[in-house]
Amino acid sequence: MHFDAFDRYHAQESFVHRLDPRVKTALTIAFILSNALLPDGAWLAYGLAWLSLLTANYASRLGLGYTFKRSLIALPFALIAVTILFSMPGRPIFSFHLFFWPLTITDAGLLRFVSILIRSWLSVQAAILLVATTRFPDLVHALEHLKVPAILTTIIAFLYRYLFVLMDEVFRLLRARESRSAAGAGRRSGGGVFWRAKVAGNLAGQLFLRSYERSDRIYNAMVARGYAGRLCTLNPHELKSSDYFVAAFALLLIGILQAIGRF
Amino acid sequence: MHYSPPPMHIPDGFLSLTISILCWILSAAVIGLAISKTNKSLGEKQIPLMGVMAAFIFAAQMINFPVAGGTSGHLLGGALAAIVLGPWAGMLVMTAVIATQALLFQDGGLVVMGANLLNMGLATAAVGYGLYRSTARQSKSVKLGVIGVAAWLSVMTGALLTALELWLSGVSDLKVVVPAMLGVHALIGLGEALITVSAVAFILQTRPDLLAEGSESAKGSGAWVYVGGLIALAVVVLSPLASADPDGLNRVAMDLGFIDTAQSASGPLAGYTVPFLASASASKIVAGAIGALVVGAVAFLIGRGIKAKSQA
Repeated sequence: MHFDAFDRYHAQESFVHRLDPRVKTALTIAFILSNALLPDGAWLAYGLAWLSLLTANYASRLGLGYTFKRSLIALPFALIAVTILFSMPGRPIFSFHLFFWPLTITDAGLLRFVSILIRSWLSVQAAILLVATTRFPDLVHALEHLKVPAILTTIIAFLYRYLFVLMDEVFRLLRARESRSAAGAGRRSGGGVFWRAKVAGNLAGQLFLRSYERSDRIYNAMVARGYAGRLCTLNPHELKSSDYFVAAFALLLIGILQAIGRF
Repeated sequence: MHYSPPPMHIPDGFLSLTISILCWILSAAVIGLAISKTNKSLGEKQIPLMGVMAAFIFAAQMINFPVAGGTSGHLLGGALAAIVLGPWAGMLVMTAVIATQALLFQDGGLVVMGANLLNMGLATAAVGYGLYRSTARQSKSVKLGVIGVAAWLSVMTGALLTALELWLSGVSDLKVVVPAMLGVHALIGLGEALITVSAVAFILQTRPDLLAEGSESAKGSGAWVYVGGLIALAVVVLSPLASADPDGLNRVAMDLGFIDTAQSASGPLAGYTVPFLASASASKIVAGAIGALVVGAVAFLIGRGIKAKSQA
């Protein structure tokens, strides 16, 4: 498997790509926090937040479709919030029967439901923009600068490095299962659900052992090349004047969004 | 390769800020404890090991088995990670997995990540390991049986926590969200239990030394039995209670200040007075202070920008 099969980084030469990863990470989190703070029904603030996302998207030269397509990932979760359509007390605007169940959508419920969806959608888009314009190792390095404990960032860096290797291992295991799961015409292969679950569990156990033994080899190889408990990087992150200006501008924008949303 | 997210990751926007921050504080405290414990007991060798193990959990979530009608069972891994790596290392590994899923795939939000860590990484590991640890001197079949129950309960714990957080955030109705989450995850938990049991059985058969006396897995303190047992008990007691008596829980949450009594009375904006700061004037003062802070930060950044420019 190619190493970037999972990677969401979108190589491009742009202003946003060149921004310092720390600035991008901090601003993304600030933007998402700001979304969480906006009240329900602050349509103007939502609109402006989306407009600023579109601007950032334009500046990063990703193309509109790119973030839009991926921003739908959180949509299935909306199902969990559907009940507030009916449960919030308010003026009824629409009634119907689901089988024998009378349901009434209230204006307050609809307002809250739509607001939750919009806030969530805006937040997801910001996160997509971050990973599409920042290489994952840079992102991890930025987290380290932002005081995430080194042990966690190192584990995450290893996870990212070996995920692709272990995915190959998974594909080998699954292919081996497939190739031994032949069946005669009209007959089902394999046993019942429990038997199939047991096989899947065995595969997981096998994957564990292979990963475990591989980690031994990895460690030995790293020590052989001079590893002393710390990962080093060649590109130290340095904040340029443009990074400061962008951070200041974005922070100001978030402050204005909050002011518009609340007053 | 299609990446299908497990259904428990909460996206940004679905939890109130208060609940998000409370969950972050709780998760950060537990993770901090896990870091100090592992730093004490593990050498530099264990860091690559934990990294590869995190990749293992991530990859193992892709192993599935067909159940019926196009659905398939698969692993979440919290209990398995804690059982094979020991509780603290298991928690750190799950933290890395959940953080990567949120960062790389937007599977779960960033501001709500504290809640996702708590639900799927920390609580599952505590329940899974606690119950497993109680079987230290038991026979293999008892061990495997308890592991099955532990894995199932770990998923139920995560589901109940998720449901409660959503309800406390005013996003979902208690009498719907608890039975719905628990119902769905009772089945998902069954897949989790089956895979976890046979994975551990496989490891016991091929590499018993990894789980034997003296291994990292067996080093977790006996106190885990109580921690895991208590959480499991709370889930078993609270689940039927939440479904049978939602009004009682609602009242408790209102009394504690999680749910604003006004939320249901005076419309959409009511839920947004900061709890603990009930009066309007206090909220205004806080808003003013935050505004001043933002302006100060902006001025500081512009100053640094100009300085960096003149140096360049």
